[in-house]
Amino acid sequence: MKYLGKAAAAAAIAAVPSWAAANSSDPIIIPLHNWSSQIVMSNLVGTIFETAGFNVEYVTTDSQAVYESIRLGDVTLELEVWEGAFGVAFNEALAKGGLHDAGDHEVSSREEWWYPSWAGEACPGLPDWTALNDCAHLFATPETGDKGRFLGGPVDWLKHDQERAEGLGLNYVVVNAGSAAALWAELAAAEKANRPILLFNWTPNFVEAVWDGAFVEFPPYFEGCKTDASLGINPDMTYDCGNPTGGYLKKAAWDGMEENWPGAYAILKKVSFTNANVAEMAKLVDIDGMEPEDAAAKWLEENEEIWKPWIEGMS
Amino acid sequence: MNIAPTETLRSDFRFDDARIGQFIIAAAAAVALLRFQLPESLVRPPDWLVLPFADWINAAFGFIKDDLGFIYATRAFASIVEWFLDVTGNLLYGRNRWPRIGPLPWTTIAVTAAVIGYALNGWRLALLCGGTFVWIALMGQWKWAMETLSVIVVAAPVSALLGIALGIAAWRRQYVERIINPFLNIAQSLPHFAYMIPVVVFIGVGPKAGAIVTMIFAAPPMIRMTLLGMKKVAPEIVESGKMCGSSGWQLLRHVRIPSARTEILLGVNQVIMQCLAMVVLASFIGMPGLGQKLLQLLQGLKIGRSLEIGITIVLIAVMLDRCSKAWVVKQPKHFERGTPWYARHWILVAWAALAAGTVALSLAWPLADQIPRKHALTVSREADFLVDWFVRLVDPVTQWLRGFLIRFVFIPMRDAYLWLPFVSVLAFWFGLGWIVGRWRSALVCLGFFGMIAMSGWWDRAMITAYMITFSVLIAVAIGLSLGIWASRRESRAKFALLVCDTAQTFPSFIYLIPVVMLFGVNDVAAIGAVITFALVPFTRYTIEGLKGTPSELVESSAMCGASYWQQLWKVRFPMALPTIAVGLNQTIMFSLFMVIIAAFIGTQDLGQEMQRALSSTDVGKGLVLGFCVAFMGLMADHLIMKWSDSRKKALGLN
Repeated sequence: MKYLGKAAAAAAIAAVPSWAAANSSDPIIIPLHNWSSQIVMSNLVGTIFETAGFNVEYVTTDSQAVYESIRLGDVTLELEVWEGAFGVAFNEALAKGGLHDAGDHEVSSREEWWYPSWAGEACPGLPDWTALNDCAHLFATPETGDKGRFLGGPVDWLKHDQERAEGLGLNYVVVNAGSAAALWAELAAAEKANRPILLFNWTPNFVEAVWDGAFVEFPPYFEGCKTDASLGINPDMTYDCGNPTGGYLKKAAWDGMEENWPGAYAILKKVSFTNANVAEMAKLVDIDGMEPEDAAAKWLEENEEIWKPWIEGMS
Repeated sequence: MNIAPTETLRSDFRFDDARIGQFIIAAAAAVALLRFQLPESLVRPPDWLVLPFADWINAAFGFIKDDLGFIYATRAFASIVEWFLDVTGNLLYGRNRWPRIGPLPWTTIAVTAAVIGYALNGWRLALLCGGTFVWIALMGQWKWAMETLSVIVVAAPVSALLGIALGIAAWRRQYVERIINPFLNIAQSLPHFAYMIPVVVFIGVGPKAGAIVTMIFAAPPMIRMTLLGMKKVAPEIVESGKMCGSSGWQLLRHVRIPSARTEILLGVNQVIMQCLAMVVLASFIGMPGLGQKLLQLLQGLKIGRSLEIGITIVLIAVMLDRCSKAWVVKQPKHFERGTPWYARHWILVAWAALAAGTVALSLAWPLADQIPRKHALTVSREADFLVDWFVRLVDPVTQWLRGFLIRFVFIPMRDAYLWLPFVSVLAFWFGLGWIVGRWRSALVCLGFFGMIAMSGWWDRAMITAYMITFSVLIAVAIGLSLGIWASRRESRAKFALLVCDTAQTFPSFIYLIPVVMLFGVNDVAAIGAVITFALVPFTRYTIEGLKGTPSELVESSAMCGASYWQQLWKVRFPMALPTIAVGLNQTIMFSLFMVIIAAFIGTQDLGQEMQRALSSTDVGKGLVLGFCVAFMGLMADHLIMKWSDSRKKALGLN
């Protein structure tokens, strides 16, 4: 196939303008994961690539395993690398070689335990984490008995919440939701029943536009918190800290991307979204109930002034 | 071979065996009661007993992959597979690859399917095949369905050929059979996810990985059926072939394989169905298509849309199953010498004409070529409305059931299982093994469960065990009642068997839709899915067992003046037990598979860890977890089959 692709590229040289000449006709492979903003953003950037004349294909992959796939060139890029959830996997793959950092979005991200306003009223000690143990009974469910329940994200986000609960001596059980949508469904159900709930959330996300609430303030993150047990307030355990605040949201690309699709690579380097953009993308799917493909099309239609400059001089 | 002790057949020798087993079980219970006096090393497997299997497997895989350079071989194989996938992908949904002539118009594909259906079994099957594709096209699911089919079209033949080749090799050389057999046993009881992790390591993610994992997963039943078919060929037929002076190859090609046709084609049917089940699940490793869409929609809790996809998958499953089964029954047609080829192949000619017609039509009328999404029909709004209404209607019941089950059943049961000291559990299985098949079975049970203790995943395994126990108990209770109800009248039995047959062709993923709809995403939903899935084989075998009682026995009991219920409990039920036991065996297997798949809706057992292993592509961990599941299944299989065999012998059945 590689040969065929090259032959096709060679044949294309004569016909198309010079900038496209070096671009392979092999498809650019974009991964999709299990939360809405990523799916929409991937579809959206994929459409931008297609507008600029590239072939694009999508694969649904695991959000941790994807870095190994990018490294090997099975997948070409990743548009949402959240520092808190995927920083470790990204850095591991970076160390092995084969992928690189393709720049940050203009986003200040944070992923942390979160509670809605009605839970804050029931437990006035929050957002300080030391109040959590006193309020454990408020967050208890039949599944967890007298311990509090923390509803975590899907297991493939590898959030180490259980380790944190142990490291900080929290009287909580971590229950993993099957998907991001299951998190929001539980949150909506809790609102209906006016039941306090503690769950995983992040910013930028559409949730802040729909529900009032706040992140729990854990002891601040520090270097070595996840690896060195002796550091931090618990001398015997790791994970005795919160997630980094003001974390990055970056793009990652396969090392071969620049060579194979220089045009697309140049676009990828320019792609940058803001907190509001990312939240909007999630909202179109999670609140308005659109198909991700349709949401991407709608966003592109309404925000031409943002993305048109990225492909200027290309098509 | 030892016979289990029963009321009717008891000799002193066997009586002793049962006593030994019961004594061991009693001792196990006594040890459990003393739990708080026990040293910690008897409660949970001590550190020295837990071996780092995962590290060993990882080291072995690392060695094979990097040091031996096996990854280049697998990648080369993967690129061959990819080439085929590119071709089918281009033809079916217009992937931009060689030969760049696709996508074929949907009308052409629908007509082709209808003609295949007609050729295999007449108008009704033609209607089913054609109708399935019309539904897919009208509902705007064409591309997803074609993505799924493009993989099956490649994977099923490869898998079938691989299975036939290995099956013949095993039949020719005894030692091959002896080597292959244990592998097949394990392979058929490994959960789907365990296959995926090594494939992700060696092949990567995406359609080619999905195709390869499907090929590997679907081959074992084909090997089994080929071996069975080859062994059954009557020596007279082979003899007459030899008398005609056939060479070894001719004998195989023209005598043995045609004689084993039925078994081989049944194997093909199984391969196709397994392929479909796996292709849908392979969405976890980036396989696009219907499975991926269903996964996304279920995760997004969009029930109406996922029902639409579910219907499509079910239609495809039924279509593939009916077609391949019709192929099994259909005997080759023989024509008189001198019949012209167009008369012999009139269906082919008709197909060519129809296909050309639809291609021409699609050139004139674009909607006959592709139906764009905005023209597609959807019933999702209505379905969502109905579903919402229904869910709200039964909400008090489901909420109550959920709370009740979690509080009073699941949590106490889970805590009890986790409370048991591991030595008691091992001793219990050892004792049960002794009762069923003396020291041999006792050692087999100890071996299988002992490995689980040594794997270091004891707690997780016990959580899986509790979920399985509960699901199997409920499935047996429901299945038994359904079976008894259905076997009372011939018409009911026929209907129930048809329902079971159809339900068995559904890929396991489908069973998650209704439970997620009713219970949301939690343990109750997971167990609900396991029960529904496991119910089907049990009901089926119960009906078959009850129906299969020799008529002389039924009649003679009627002459003794037995009432219907007396007849059922005293005659038919005991006679059916061995068959029902086979059903129980399948129920346990199915539950194990489903409990692992259900992990993605949030359970705490081995399945959850297996998903983690898939996330971090940890082959060692994934396989160790897979083996834990497989060993539970194999142990149950051993106990049940042994018991059923000795029971059959005692009852004088076959």
